[in-house]
Parts: sequence; C-alpha cells; structure tokens
Amino acid sequence: MTIRKISQYGMMVALALIMSYIEAQIPAFFAVPGMKLGLTNIVVVVSLYLLGSKSAMFINIVRIILVSLLFGNTMSLAFSFAGGMLSTLIMIILKKSGKFSTVGVSAAGGITHNIGQILVAIFLLNTSAITWYLPILWISGIVSGIVIGIIAGIVTSRLAEAS
Amino acid sequence: MKLFKKNDLILIGALLIGFLLMICFLYFGKKGGAYAVVSVDGQEVISFSLEEDIEYEIKGYEGGTNTLIIKDGKAYLTDSTCPDHLCEHMGVIDKVGQSIICLPNRVVVEISGSSGDAEFDSISS
Repeated sequence: MTIRKISQYGMMVALALIMSYIEAQIPAFFAVPGMKLGLTNIVVVVSLYLLGSKSAMFINIVRIILVSLLFGNTMSLAFSFAGGMLSTLIMIILKKSGKFSTVGVSAAGGITHNIGQILVAIFLLNTSAITWYLPILWISGIVSGIVIGIIAGIVTSRLAEAS
Repeated sequence: MKLFKKNDLILIGALLIGFLLMICFLYFGKKGGAYAVVSVDGQEVISFSLEEDIEYEIKGYEGGTNTLIIKDGKAYLTDSTCPDHLCEHMGVIDKVGQSIICLPNRVVVEISGSSGDAEFDSISS
C-alpha cells in the first residue's frame, strides 16, 4: 500500500464518517425504518469510480465498522453490513459492465442496500411480515439513489479533471 | 463523462416497473383483515379480533413495552419504550398482511384473515 493510497483511503473514510454523522442528525421523520438519504453512498460511488472496486469495498467496510462503533450498536452493525456489502457488490458489478453511469449504479445500489436491510430484519425478527415495506423502501432507494448518483457523477468528473 | 447514459434510463425504468408490479401484488386486492396477531422475537404471543376495541400492553424483548390499540377495526401502536418511536409513526393497519414492527422490542403486529391459533385468542378464552 503506497502512501498515496493510505492518504486517499483515510480521506474517503473520514468523509464517509462525516456523511454518516450528518445523516444520523436528521430526525427519523420518515414513517419507515431504513428509509435514508444515503449521503454516505456519495463517498462510496466516488471511490468506486476514482479509486476502483477494491478500494470502494475496503473503504465501505472500514466505514461501517467505525460508524457502528461510534454511533451504533451490534444491531445497527448487522443492518449496515448487510445493506452496505450487498449494495457495494451490485454497484461494482454494474460499474464493471461499463454500461451505466453513476446514476444507474447508485440507483441500483440504493435499492439493494434497502433489500439487504430487509433481509436482516426478516432474519432477526423471524417474520416475513416486513416484506410489506419493500415497495416503499424500493422506491425511496431509487429516488435517493438517483439524486446521490447525480451528485457523485458531478464530484467524480470534477475530481478527475483536477487530478 | 456524461452524467446520464441511455442504459441508466432503461435500468431505472425497469426498476420502476418492478416497483409498480410489487405495489399491485402487495397492496391491491388485499382484503380487510379480521385479526391482529402479536409476535415477540418471532414467537406468536396473542391475537385480537379487530372488531372489538382494546388496549393491550405488549411485553417486548428485554423489558421493552408497546401498547397496542385496536379502535374502529384498525390497529396501531402507542407508548413505545424504544428510543426511536418509529412504530408509533407507522400508522394504522387493517388489511391482511400489513404489519407494524418495533425493532428494538422485537415486536411485530400483523393483520391476518384468521386468528391462526384459536388457543391464543384472548377474547375467546
């Protein structure tokens, strides 16, 4: 690992932590648990495009562990880990296909993040009743994913120009 | 780099169609339910007929409690001891398959068409 990489990773993890913190400050006014803006995903998508698949995965894993240690508990660790890993995997696959821009990648990531969380909830609560919320989390995943994808796309192209 | 590609629109369109199909499948054609079934930590605890107005304190996981209210054929939760009170904002439910979930207390209230297990029906016992 080169010094350049270490500092890039450190900066991205720090940014992701700040985004998670900001997001945690937004009150849960949405009626559905798990409905989120997904600000952290800006960092993940930008890392994915600028630094590559492995880096994005690594940064996301470090981010999830740190956020759970700082602001969460074991329960939130299980939720973010399932959501984060599933969405990052899907985003890596879609990005590698080369057919999609950040918007499509991020929208698919938003949905799969929510699907991962629902799967954990089904497992933890031992009930499939929660699938009732899938459509709501699905559409919120698309909408926030598109918005996050547009932001990440702008950031990525500006950073690529700058370096 | 272009912000949008044609494929993005196709992908998003497909995802939206998936959403519409799910809505049709899950929400429409649902009959009004007859019973509210309460489960804690995956175990069915008790069920109530929606026809009678009741107030019941659910003893959740690790000492947390929620109050289940059934009024005018609709069920909802109030007075949760959990920190986020999300379940109180999940609204009222009355259709088969709908549910209210309190994750910290591991409480699930689900509407079903039948009482499931008659022995757990507090009204009949």
